[in-house]
Amino acid sequence: MTGAVVARAVLRRALPVLAGLLPALAGLWLVGGAWAEPEAALCQVPDGLVQADFPMPRVAEAIAAKRLDIAVLGSASSALGGPAGSGKSYPARFEAALAAELPGVTVRVTPYAKARQSAAEMEREIAPVLAAQKPALVIWQTGTADAIRGIDPEDFRVALEDGVASLRAGGADIVLMNMQFSPRTESMIAVSAYADVMRFVALQHAVNLFDRFAVMKHWNETGVFDLNAATKKMDMAERVHDCFGRLLTRLVTEGAALTTQGEKTND
Amino acid sequence: MSPPPTERDLRLDLFRGLALWLIFLDHIPSNVVSWITIRNYGFSDATEIFVFISGYTAAFVYGATMRERGFVVASARILRRAWQVYVAHIFLFTIYMAEIAYVAASFENPLYAEEMGVFEFLRQPDVTLVQALLLKFKPANMDVLPLYIALLAAFPPYVWLLLRSPTVALFVTVAIYAVAWEFGVNLPAYPSGHWVFNPFAWQLLFAFGAWCALGGMTRIGGFIRSPWVVGLAIVYLVLSFAIVLTWYVPPWTRWVPKALAEWMYPIDKTNLDVLRLAHFFALAVLTVRFVPAGWPVLRSRWLRPAVLCGQHSLEVFCMGVFLAFAAHFLMAEVSDGIAMQVFVSTVGVMLMIGAAALMSWYKTIEGRQAGGRPRAGADPAGSSP
Repeated sequence: MTGAVVARAVLRRALPVLAGLLPALAGLWLVGGAWAEPEAALCQVPDGLVQADFPMPRVAEAIAAKRLDIAVLGSASSALGGPAGSGKSYPARFEAALAAELPGVTVRVTPYAKARQSAAEMEREIAPVLAAQKPALVIWQTGTADAIRGIDPEDFRVALEDGVASLRAGGADIVLMNMQFSPRTESMIAVSAYADVMRFVALQHAVNLFDRFAVMKHWNETGVFDLNAATKKMDMAERVHDCFGRLLTRLVTEGAALTTQGEKTND
Repeated sequence: MSPPPTERDLRLDLFRGLALWLIFLDHIPSNVVSWITIRNYGFSDATEIFVFISGYTAAFVYGATMRERGFVVASARILRRAWQVYVAHIFLFTIYMAEIAYVAASFENPLYAEEMGVFEFLRQPDVTLVQALLLKFKPANMDVLPLYIALLAAFPPYVWLLLRSPTVALFVTVAIYAVAWEFGVNLPAYPSGHWVFNPFAWQLLFAFGAWCALGGMTRIGGFIRSPWVVGLAIVYLVLSFAIVLTWYVPPWTRWVPKALAEWMYPIDKTNLDVLRLAHFFALAVLTVRFVPAGWPVLRSRWLRPAVLCGQHSLEVFCMGVFLAFAAHFLMAEVSDGIAMQVFVSTVGVMLMIGAAALMSWYKTIEGRQAGGRPRAGADPAGSSP
């Protein structure tokens, strides 16, 4: 699936028709109240870019039980540095946005982010995380460290598949999150093979994929964020992470809703 | 004037030149122009074309040398060529280091703390440089030349075998490919993993090209021109196009039968997946069928730029890798809009043509004919095997 990532993104750019439908959809969201804050409009992505393709039954159960425990397994791009970093990184923003979306439900998002961890190394953390927390959902962010370290894409795939299997067996829904779109290092880190593997594993195992790469690429192309900017300041990074939190909230509530819809049709 | 008495098949130069342009376009990240390259329309990409034609021309040139002047002289020339490619690779690596060191020093953004990890190897040049010299450390997009070096280094005994028993030689290359697949044989890379282009798998295309050049083409010419084979090739190309479409329009994925998807994916570029190989063969069959060797258009001024690039493939390839770095650098520093992408793509191809023209000119002033009319004593490196 060589080049699928890049070309898919290019195709998206070539679909201004879809973009034309967006204002209408955005209007619906605003009426619904979920996106009432002005910040949220910034995070907007084309329809279909962030969308739950598969139901999340464990999340639906947890919401019904009024207690939603989530673990974020990831590497350095799941955290932000600096004194206020942990509160501004996407796991914390996700927790806040999801709690606002689900009044009456106790939402807890626990990050397990370690720099430079490959998928295989994270896969070994799964058992202890499951044992310690029994999360209903695990967000598994990976790919960048493997690409930088040049780990065999085949080994990467095996680690992902093993991890997905043990998460399933441990009773957790899964969201795979791929790498960031980083225009400055794009010609230095060959991410496409790893992104393709993640898409492949997500499809094969009916797991939802949060396509962080495509989302950020869209933001960069439409000028929402200037990802080429060199800066020491945290503000853009914080806003980007805030958007991840909001988009994840949308993905997860959609996934939970898919489950309920599925049950209704079964009845 | 009657057509010049050249045995050189201009189709090889033309398609290698085109392949070099496509490789350049594909190497520029986030480039809208790369939408036109063949990897978006089927399983294989320009790399297959480049490797096959390189094998063909190498055997064409060095096979003749080995017949006329013996094993030692031909081997010496092949190894000198491998050395030239090695030096070119190290030169490109230096340019890459310069770019990456600049970006590492000038770019900072807390959002990309993780991605900055790619610069970590700059902190231990003692290890990195040695690993690069050993061809184990190969940064992104710098994997083709090491493959070419490995293939050339192992080429002398293969040419020897081809001249004695082409059938055995063909059997040997298929056997190596099969063993590489069966036992997962590949060369190690640094800091981990293996070569992105497994030489034990990709040698199949190079060796098959060589086999075709030394008489194989006349043996299979009738077969691959038969309507059945041409029809099969068309069907395969259409099917693979349909599959590739589903990569770009995800909702269509459900039209791919699950059993087929499980059997087919992942399509392995590192080990030259059979599906990629078959796609290349299908393209080659149609090319042989619909582009005749003596086609006058091949000599037209419109195709001249691509033919020129194909005749100086090593220089133009290196130029392309360098230009892709430069294009990405410009896009990061100035603008990464569509206008810029089209601009750097167009200017890049024009510079590649300019470099090829310059190489031809050098050859004329050195008293050699551009385009490699085979002459005794002429440096085979000049005709870019």
